[in-house]
Amino acid sequence: MLEALLNYELLRNTFFTGLLVGLIAPLLGTFVVVQRQAMIADGLSHVTLAGIAFGMFMQKQPMSTMITPFQFGMIFSIAGAVIIEKLRSMYREFQEIAIPIIHSLGVGLAIVFIALANGINTDIYSYLFGSVAAVSRNDLLLILGTTIFVVVIVFVLYKKLFALSFDEEFAEVSGIRARFIHYLFMILTALVIAASIRIVGVLLVSALMTLPVATSMRVAKSFKQTIWYSILYGEVAVIIGLISGYYLEIPPGGTIVLTAVLLLGLTLLVKKIKSLGRIEGEHS
Amino acid sequence: MSTPLVSVSHLSHRYDQHSVLEDVSFDVEEGSFVGLVGPNGSGKTTLIKLILGIERIQKGSIEIFGKPVQRFKNKGHISFVSQKANSFNRGFPATAKEVVGMGLTARSSLFQSQSNVNEQIKQALEYVNMTAFANQNIGELSGGQQQRVFIARALVSKPKLLILDEPTVGVDTDNVQQFYQLLSTLNRELGITLILVSHDIGTITTQVNDLLCLNKNLHYHGDPNKFEQLSNEERSTFYGHDLNVITHDH
Repeated sequence: MLEALLNYELLRNTFFTGLLVGLIAPLLGTFVVVQRQAMIADGLSHVTLAGIAFGMFMQKQPMSTMITPFQFGMIFSIAGAVIIEKLRSMYREFQEIAIPIIHSLGVGLAIVFIALANGINTDIYSYLFGSVAAVSRNDLLLILGTTIFVVVIVFVLYKKLFALSFDEEFAEVSGIRARFIHYLFMILTALVIAASIRIVGVLLVSALMTLPVATSMRVAKSFKQTIWYSILYGEVAVIIGLISGYYLEIPPGGTIVLTAVLLLGLTLLVKKIKSLGRIEGEHS
Repeated sequence: MSTPLVSVSHLSHRYDQHSVLEDVSFDVEEGSFVGLVGPNGSGKTTLIKLILGIERIQKGSIEIFGKPVQRFKNKGHISFVSQKANSFNRGFPATAKEVVGMGLTARSSLFQSQSNVNEQIKQALEYVNMTAFANQNIGELSGGQQQRVFIARALVSKPKLLILDEPTVGVDTDNVQQFYQLLSTLNRELGITLILVSHDIGTITTQVNDLLCLNKNLHYHGDPNKFEQLSNEERSTFYGHDLNVITHDH
């Protein structure tokens, strides 16, 4: 694989992108999970798919645009995040309804545009399940930019995001501009979801944002540790998943997510054995 | 006389067609320990939200240190402890120390020294006797311990005014007594002005030195001892509720 990495640019791009996504998906995922919003990733990933399909449809048109399908995906994802927030303020008592609405809108649009753009082809397939050789240099640069943006904002706003996730009322009382920060956070989430799709595919984006966090929460002792362990688990899953996907000729979405599930299972097992050992120790 | 810390005048508030506060006026003097009581739905929480500046004033005015609350920017001077049970997710992966640190969030900057922040957090935890639990997960603590951590979070910004909304809900009876002791120490030793909101009028009148009975209108404002000496019937009218008032005779 090392030789292939050196020789093939697409493979190299994928690998770098994988490392970037393995960082930002669990980073934002930690906040998403503790806010009990894990479903949001599924909703927005399907809106991203609609954007990608729309981009492919536009490419077929005589007056083609400069915007690539992947970039359309990002634009749609951000628009989806804004719509979710609008719906939430409209349905104050039924805020969870926003996600199914946006999810179905995404799937509906995606079906229409995929059909208009001449049906399922290898491109769409790679967006659905991920691909080891589909990341262009442009995509890589866009995802690198996204990563820098997300990491800088989270670093600067870390304490505020943390306080808001824990207790919105107290955060507001202490003078945090809750609405503004929440909006910004939703846009970051939309960007991360769109970026992650390049590697794990539409169907499994939410897994990359939530599984490493679920594993991490079992071992971490504090919120900061939860973030660091999530990133660690995320990166391990991406690296093992990409390498095995490459050798087994399986789309990396499947191998990455199964690795993440395996890590979760192992962690739970080790915890269980340890606690049994402790109980036994106390009895003897 | 010095400017009152909080001055509420002719405050009215409604949600849609439903009136929750009508022409409420009172002052809170610096250094006092005020009990705000009233039955459920009497507008207590709305009044608190208005004082905290998280709900917009419709009619009347509120001044904090002589400044309209809308323009009062020094948020660290007012702090808040809410009903613990409703406001957080028990599975949240945060330590007691991290939770207390949130009290400094709004005023923190990137270039603040971390050791200074840690020192402030340590002091606040010491004050509520929770130093030993600093690195424990918040969800693993008992109701009473969690409430102490939330007090520490409110204290860490060194507030002048601390508002507590039904803080003893979900705290067992043994701890409630200790909790009131802690509040009285905060009031006497640190000179923090306290507003304690409760629907349990009995316990509260023995703790505070100024009593407000609210039920849309302000029905009573004054010495809690005088209130105690009133007959049950009179108290019911002030309390604005016909049901029995639970009293604790000591």
